[in-house]
Order: sequence, then structure tokens, then C-alpha cells
Amino acid sequence: MTGPATVFDKPTDYIGKSIPRSDAARLLRGKGRYVDDMQLPRMVHAVFLRSPYAHAKINAIDISQAMKLPGVVAIYTGKDIAQHVEPYVGVLSHLPGLRSPAQYPLAVDVARWQGEPVAVVICASRALGEDALEHIRVDYEKLTAVTDTLNALSPDAPLIHEEYDSNLAWKRQVEVGNLEEALAQDDVVVVEKQIKFGRHTGVTLETRATVCDYIPGDGQLIMYYAGQAPHMLQFILAKHLDMLEENVRVVAHDVGGSFGIKVHTYGDEIATAIVAKLLKRPVKFTADRLESFVTDIHARDHFVDAKIGVKKDGTIVGMGFNDFTGIGPFSMYPRTSAIECNQILNLTGAPYQFEHYHAVGHVVFQNKTLMCQYRAVGHPIAMAISDCMIEEAARVIGMDPVKIRRKNLIPDDAYPTKSTTGMRFDDLSHHACLDKLLEIMDYDALLEDQQNARGNGIYRGIGFVSLVEVTNPSPMFYGVGGAPIASQDGATVRLDAAGALHISSSVTEQGQGTNAILQQIAADVFGVSIERVKVTTGDTATVPYGGGTWASRGAGIGGEAMLLASHALKEQVLDTAAVILQAKPEDLDIAFGEIVNKGSRERKISLGDLAKIVYYRGNELPHDLKPELIATRHYRVTDFPFVFTNGAMAAHVEVDTNTGLIKILHFWAVEDCGRVINPQLVDDQIRGGVVQGIGGALYEECVYDSDGQMQNASMADYLVPMASEMPEITVAHVETYTKTSVLGAKGAGEAGTGGAPAAIMNAVNNALEPLNCGLWQMPMTPERVLKALGKI
Amino acid sequence: MNKTAQIELIVNGEKYFENVPVRMNLADFLRNKLGLTGTHVGCEHGVCGACTIFLDGVTARSCLTLAVQADETEITTIEGYETDKNASDLIKNFHKRNALQCGYCTPGMLASSIEYIEQGNPPDRKKVKEHISGNYCRCTGYQAIVDAICTTIQERQSR
Amino acid sequence: MKAPDFSYEKPTTISDVLALLANNELECQLLAGGQSLMPMMNFRMASPGTLVDISNVSELSGINERDETIEIGAMVRYRELELSEIIKAHCPLVAMVLPYVAHAAIRNRGTIGGSIGLSDPAAELPAVLLVLDGKIEITSEKGIRLEPARTFFKGIYETSCEPDELITKIILPKKHLKQKFGFHEIARRHGDYAMAGVCIAQDIDLKVRVAFFGVADRAVRSIAVEKLLSGNSDLSEQLIKDAQNALNDIEFEGDMNAGPEAKQHIAKVVLERALKEMKNE
Repeated sequence: MTGPATVFDKPTDYIGKSIPRSDAARLLRGKGRYVDDMQLPRMVHAVFLRSPYAHAKINAIDISQAMKLPGVVAIYTGKDIAQHVEPYVGVLSHLPGLRSPAQYPLAVDVARWQGEPVAVVICASRALGEDALEHIRVDYEKLTAVTDTLNALSPDAPLIHEEYDSNLAWKRQVEVGNLEEALAQDDVVVVEKQIKFGRHTGVTLETRATVCDYIPGDGQLIMYYAGQAPHMLQFILAKHLDMLEENVRVVAHDVGGSFGIKVHTYGDEIATAIVAKLLKRPVKFTADRLESFVTDIHARDHFVDAKIGVKKDGTIVGMGFNDFTGIGPFSMYPRTSAIECNQILNLTGAPYQFEHYHAVGHVVFQNKTLMCQYRAVGHPIAMAISDCMIEEAARVIGMDPVKIRRKNLIPDDAYPTKSTTGMRFDDLSHHACLDKLLEIMDYDALLEDQQNARGNGIYRGIGFVSLVEVTNPSPMFYGVGGAPIASQDGATVRLDAAGALHISSSVTEQGQGTNAILQQIAADVFGVSIERVKVTTGDTATVPYGGGTWASRGAGIGGEAMLLASHALKEQVLDTAAVILQAKPEDLDIAFGEIVNKGSRERKISLGDLAKIVYYRGNELPHDLKPELIATRHYRVTDFPFVFTNGAMAAHVEVDTNTGLIKILHFWAVEDCGRVINPQLVDDQIRGGVVQGIGGALYEECVYDSDGQMQNASMADYLVPMASEMPEITVAHVETYTKTSVLGAKGAGEAGTGGAPAAIMNAVNNALEPLNCGLWQMPMTPERVLKALGKI
Repeated sequence: MNKTAQIELIVNGEKYFENVPVRMNLADFLRNKLGLTGTHVGCEHGVCGACTIFLDGVTARSCLTLAVQADETEITTIEGYETDKNASDLIKNFHKRNALQCGYCTPGMLASSIEYIEQGNPPDRKKVKEHISGNYCRCTGYQAIVDAICTTIQERQSR
Repeated sequence: MKAPDFSYEKPTTISDVLALLANNELECQLLAGGQSLMPMMNFRMASPGTLVDISNVSELSGINERDETIEIGAMVRYRELELSEIIKAHCPLVAMVLPYVAHAAIRNRGTIGGSIGLSDPAAELPAVLLVLDGKIEITSEKGIRLEPARTFFKGIYETSCEPDELITKIILPKKHLKQKFGFHEIARRHGDYAMAGVCIAQDIDLKVRVAFFGVADRAVRSIAVEKLLSGNSDLSEQLIKDAQNALNDIEFEGDMNAGPEAKQHIAKVVLERALKEMKNE
């Protein structure tokens, strides 16, 4: 049998092994190529003047004094920029009813959040540009800021967009069965809670940055950017700057972390491209940290009224909730700001079997920074609603949190199946993951320790979460709704004359190790030593067309495309070798750069020698044999809208009831992401994700005052997780390969962030149980813990 | 008025003589004037630690130091750690243990790690975490970094 | 976030520094370690006309042992204090707080004079000075004056130091044999400014001084707590409880991490913990 299905018939050389990433060697020697490292001849800097108000009319902008300052090349106001761009609207047709007005890169008449750009100084240096900002006079007329999500919907709230009848952007309801009736039954115990999730943001260590260069003559715009989806941005720039798509080249070299922050359309970046085109000169924009806090997309910010009904034996009868989320004044383009709420409606309770569900989501405009997709979109909220409510219900009926899960988790032999909300599942393993979790954490010992500690006035808690994660999305995620976002990805594999492999892919690298796993797959499937595989990603001029990195798709989709392309090239090379060696292709194989006899493994000819015959001495080949030594394959998920993964996690915490400080003693994560291509990379993805989840659970929150001013927009005041407070995280795997691909890999990048907050909130409430109180607001700050305890 | 200054300094063993605006910070000087872009800028207010370098033998935030303050000093940056700080084993262990993902915190993280090791500190995870607690990493969750530092110390001790 | 433009001077003697400070037109700002000033400048919240870098003034360096006191030059960096045998032997409270001051790279540059001169309400060293009854040597062209710590700190980023004056030395009394010290702080993350912290000194005559930081507009002593604790050789559970209850004479101010109520609560906790640690010594 031939074909990719045979790839895993034999032991692998690289797939499944912890091979160190080749990229890292360069980064460890200070040889990264990040956008801000670039200096092009004649380059100038874009420095943005940003609205100090959350809501204000812009009556006039006087740039005359600023124009006279040293180094100033040009100044553009929002009105100036608007003349060179087609505005964009952040709606998608598969989210019916979602509305958002046309948005321009810079505010034109009204500024609607603190930090919205209103003018841009083009200057010889960033420092001189900041000097000039102080001399631009803007006549603002301050308007009432709409900040509170719930108040924004009251009939007397000021309207953020006059053309709309309210500040509601979108509302969706999902109803299955009859929750009210089911919960009203006599034998059902109903638990209700209000859960608040703070607004946080990505804090990528490398801030957003772009260098835009316009090449007259070619009419080509090159945008070097720190981002995740070059082809999406290529489309957007072409469309809104009225250019041909082929004349826009987007290049992402090294990216200093992204986490979803760098996959959106930001006005300042679009304006930088416009200015480069106008001035025909390279323009750099690097956001500083203050700009990042008020312009990078924010996430979460949910206010949830939740309820759950369980029978005395622990059977979940149903659950429901009402979610309100504030998204800022616009829906972000092109992914929209409704996806997080949509995910919450779709995914809450997804690991469990139950009949009745009623969820309503409200997506609300407000005068704060735009909210959009950030690592684990919606998952931390959805998992916390279901798993924290389940553990609370277990407490009420006096049941162990593991037992209640056992009773309600979808059985491992039930697949394929559907969730209550209609999500299609296959190849999941909730029970196997829970088994493994209990095994690695030694639950019984922790319970015993908990009892002993309580005797000494020490309050420790254990909390769990069983989760699903949306990965490997099909076109049903965005493309179906009209977004210029590819769900398929391509891979090209080329053999050079020296016998080395050059691979390229449309998925992108931001540190997660995409390039490394692509190399592993290519080396393994094709049959060369991994040192002989060179990888290119991130450049629309050279890589196949595809979606880039989002929704945990690099390994599952990009990896499968690489597997298919590598296999196709292998077949081509074997066909060529068969002619040269006068053998049958099926009797040959490729191993570590040599054509070998499949059975005896006897070496026949090196790939370099074969390639040299093809490239230099084609005269030695039959005239009808024209090997290309290059193959491209594309892959998209066709059988399912998404390929879900699942996992089980647990947190062990200690709550200092005197200070309110929460210490995470240990964290365990078991993840089933299908085939693990590089265990070390996957484990560290999980760990990094968990720590980001810990950030949301304990530390991170964008605090706003009632005027819409962000109060903690600096790294001294916005607390991110640092080393001292982070626990050791034990990671283990269950591997259930997805049948949707040969590779069998699902995504792994977001599970930690999606699951950790629920596990930690459960652990904290488990710790607080003997004190008869609980905490239902993230981040769980010392002050909130003290309030929950009634100490203040 | 002294708005620019001539400075002379040694960076990674090489001598430089440059004219700088006095308001230019050392991070911008290293990156933009000398082209040593391995030093990264993450917050410009001394909190994230990405710009940490060695200034006359001790770590310092290059965003909180003016280039002009570095006149007549000796500086080591990530570009020099392998040779000038004999840190090739640490770098190897960072690589092997995947103690970096995006690589943006790496220059500062290596600086703090080298300082911890040079001070003769033990491979104690709690102490290591405290020492690197001024270096923000969004990607790794820190565990791999602590592993790499402890492994390096243990290897040096057993040598 | 680039600093605004300024002129730069790097004098080498105190008298040259003072001459610059005396010239109002220069709008001078002193640059010591720069670990607080530089962020303020990058945020453009500080905009000096002339930055006077005092790192080359050798008269401001050095830790010197006198008969009764330890004199610390204003430019002495935290790291130097950490490594100093003199500090370990004679100013144990200073040694106790140093590991909690920010992070290693900051301590390598930050100076004692800078910290005292800034009067950040959440900083440790002002509270140390208050309980040790330290003195600040302040020099100007008018002469040298010694200001006691208790009258030096005036409010948030506000001291009795005038624009033409330079902090030249910090003077701390040497530890007496039977003197005892306590210190505790609670921060959300290691190295962060504390949500609340306390420094305690108990003299041979059992006179106690207690100063809190991170809870008000400056480092502040609680006279009520001091009165209660003074004269007691045994820090009994009941005494500690009474001391906690007495902590009502501070005007607690909230910040990003905690409101006034939480500050007061945590201040009581750090007081209890510091006293218990002293008792168990």
C-alpha cells in the first residue's frame, strides 16, 4: 500500500520526539529579526496622538505649531487619513444581527475610547515625534463615557453610535429543552451564582510593530509586521487601500509573542501603511507599552448570571446563564468582537451530558478599548461557568467533585456524538484524562493533607476542570461568514541540489515552535536528517496561501499539509530514483538523505546525487521524465466544523485567610491533543497557557474609572504572572488521534488558558468551604478574598 | 547646553566612540546606534526586564540608564554572553530545555540567570525564581527557565 | 515613551552640584540611580531642564562607621548595602528589608539617597529610617543641616528637602546589643511595592517605634501602637492583639491593589507577623 496512510506504519525518527527548536539557537545569541530591529534607509517614525478621553467630540485639530518642530516630516489627522482608506466594518454574516458602524484607522469626528488615535506625526525619530505631539492642539468636547456594561443597556444611557437605538451590538439565545420547567421539578437542586470575569489583555512582551515600505515603480507595498496572519492582512490592506492584492506583501519574521493580540486590524498599523504609500518612504510604528495597554485588544470582561440544576444523585438536569460582555465602541475587524460570547454560548457545559440548556448572550458597546479574540477565546468563561457551577452543586448535595464529573462526563465510548448545544465531537477522552489526572496528582493524599491542614488553621483547596478546546477550525469558523480568513493551509517541500530540504508553510511562528514541528514532520515523512531542513514561514511573497496562526491550528492543519507535501515529494523522488536505479519505486525508501532498498536498507544513492542528476545532468534521464523535486499540498478540515480536544486539570491552592493571598501549590494538566509531535513543545505550550490562565484568575485586570480612563495602564500596575508566584506544572497526555487527518494531531495551544481559571476558582472555593464563604469574581485579588471572608 | 555628548565605552569587548543625544537611553543606543538589537525593549519603565544588560559587571535595566551614563563603562549584552560571560553551557541548556518561546524576554532572562550563577548561588528553585522575578516571560510559564538555570549550576558543580 | 529633551551635567564635587542646583533657570533635577526618575521621564511625568548626574561625586559614596553611627553616602546603591559587612553588623534592619526592595537589577542601580529623597509611600527605607530615628544630612550653598527622619517625609513624593538642597548622607545609629528589630511586608508578587509593610525597633529601654509603609501618603509611625508596645519585655499574644486593635491612628489610603479598609486589615496582619517573628527570635 502506498499513500500517506503508511506514514505511521514504521517507527518515526522525529515525530513524537522532543527535538530542540532550531530557531532558538539564533534567538539565544541575540540574532532575532523582530520588526523593531529593522532600520531601512530614509526610514521615518509614525507617532500617534491618542485621545485622552474615552468619549469626546473632536471639534478642531491645530497642527501648525507642531509642524514647525525639528524632525517633523508630516502630520495627518483622522480626517486626512480617512481620505485614503475604505472604512471597515466588523460584522460577519454567520453572526446574524451583529452590528457595528464603519470604522476608520484614526478617529474622525468623535473619539470613542481613551487611546484611540486622532492624529499621527511622521518624524525623524520617535523621541522628536513625541515632542511634537505635545504641540498639537485638539479642541475636544468631552462627552459622557459609557463604561459599565450593564448600565450601557439602560434606556437612558447615552448612545455611543447615534445611528443605533441602543448600545447593544449583538444578542444571541440558545435554548435546548426547557430549562425552567426542568429546574422546577421537586427532586432538582438548583444553584445560582453571579460570576464576574475581569477585563484583561495580552501583554505580549514585544509590542505591536510594523515597518511599511512602498516601492514606487513596482507599486508594491511591503509591510513587515509582528503578526499571526500575513495573508489576511494582505487582503485587508489591498481592499482598504485600494490596491491589487498581489502588490501587497506582508512579512512576519520573528514575533515576540502574540496570543491572538496580533491577529486583528489596528488603525495605527493601517495608517502607517497609508503614510508609507503617501510619502513613498519607509515608516516604522512601534507601540510603546502605554499604547499597548489602551490599544491592544482586551478580552473577557463578562458578567454572568448562572444557574444549574442537579438531582440528589449528581445527575445534571440542565444549566443556563445570562452573559453580558462589553466590547468597546466597535466590533473589531475582521473577526468581530462577538466570537467570544458566541463561544461561551456554544461551549458551556460541552464536556457533559445533560438535556436542558438556556443561554443568552449580550454583546454591548462601551467607551473602552476594543475587545476581541485572545488566547482561548471564550473558553475560560465557558469552562468556569459549567465547572464552577458543577462543583458548587456538588458541594450543596455533598458529593465529591470527581464523582459528579464521572456521573456526567460524556462517556469515552460515546463518540461520535454531539453536545447539548449541537457541537459535533469525535475522538475525545474525558474519562481517560480524568483517570490520568487523578493518577499523577494523588488526589487521596491531597484530601488527607487538606484535612490535616484545616486542623492547623491552614486552608488548602483542590479544584478541577474538565474541558474541551476548539482547534483545527474548518471554514465554518470565519470563512463562511465572509471573513478574508483562510482555514486551509499550504505546505511546499523542495529538494535542492545538495540534497537538503526547503520547506515553507502558510502557518506562522510566534515562539510556539511551529517551524520546529514542520521541520520534524518534513524530515520524518520525507526521510532526511532534520539538520538538512530549512524552513520559511510568514512571507506572503514566498509561502503557500493560508490562514496563519489562530485557534490552535498550526500543528493540526499546517502540520497535515506538510505531511501531505512531504509524502508527495517522497513519491516523486522515489519514482525518479527507480528510473535511475532501474528498480521499482515500491522497493525503495528514503532514509536520512539516502535512497535505500526498502527491505535490506542498503544505501543506493544519496539525495544530493539524485538531485544533481535531475538539476545538472537531465540528459541522463529519459526525455519523458521531468522531475520537479518540489511538491505543494493544501489541507483543510472537511468532516467537522472544528476538531475539539479535551483535557482535565487540577489546581492545589492555599488561601491565606489573614491576607487574602492565594498561593498555587501545584497544578496538573492532562491534555488530549491527539498525536503529540514534540512532547516538550506541547508540554511548554500547556504550561505557558496555564500560567496565562493563572494571570486571569489571580492577577490581571484592566481597571477603569467611571470616566473610561484605564487606571493601571503600566506594567507596574497591571499585574502579570511572574516567576516567584508560579507553581510547578505537571503535564501528561492521553493521545486519541483525530480521524480527520493522517497526522492525527489536534491543537494544544490554548487549553491551559481555557481551563486553569476554572480549576483555580474551584480550588479557592474548595479551600473556603469550611469558612462558609466563596468567591465568584476573577481576578481573585487579596482584597476580594478578604471581602468574601468578611474580614473587611 | 549639553544636549549631546561624546561617549566612549566597551561593548562585548569592542570599543565604541559615539555622539549621542543625552536623552537617549542605553537600550536605544545599543539597538539603534550600535545595531546590537539582541537587547529588547519591552516596557521602557524598568518592570519587564527584557532590556537587562551587564553594566560594569552587574545587571542593569538599559531602559532606565542613559547612554551618556554609560560613558567609560564596560557593557555586555546577549551578543556577548557566549564568549564574554562564558555562558555557552547556560545557552545550551536554555536551548535543550526550550527555556524560551518567542525569545523576546531571552536577553534579560539570560542576564539575570548569568548573574545568579556568577554569584555562586545554589540550584534552589525558589531562589532562582526570586532572582528572575523581575523578568517577565509571557510564553513559558517559567518552569523551563528555572530547569535550565538549575541544570547549568548542577553541571558546573559536578565538573 | 521617550524622555523629553534636557541638558545633562555630570559634576564631580558637591560644591559643583550645589552651584547647579542654586541656579533656578536650569530647572535642575538630580539623577542618582535613576530607577524611579527614569520611568517618570519616559512617561513624560518628569521634565527636568537640566539633569544633574551625581554618580561621579565621590564625596557621596561610601559606608563609614563612626563611634555611634553609620554614615551612608547618598549615592550608595542597594547592592552595596546588601554586600556591606558594616550594614550587616550594625544596621540589621536595613539588611532585613533589602531583599524585598524590587529586583536584583534595580538594586544594582538604585541608591539610598534616591529612595529617601523620593519619599515613595510604599518604599521600605523611609520606614526603616523612621524607626531607627535616622538622620538625613542635607547640604546646600547655605550650609549643612541634619534633618531627623520624623520631620523629613512630608507626603507622597514630598520631603523637606528644598530644590537647592542635596541629600549628602544618611546617618543611622548603630545597633545596641539588646536592641530588637522586626519587619514584615505583604506584596502580591515578589519584589512589588507592598500592600502593607511594617518596620519595628525595640530599644534597650523597651521603647518601641513602629512605622508602616504602603498604607498612607508616606511612611508613617503609629504612636498608638508604639505606646501600647513600649515598656513590655514580653510580646504576649494578648499584647500583640491589643497592638493590632490600637492601629487606628493612621489615615489609610488605598491604591490599585487594596482600598483603605484592606490596607488597615493587612497592616494589622503584618504588625502581628513582625511582632511574632521578633518574639521567636
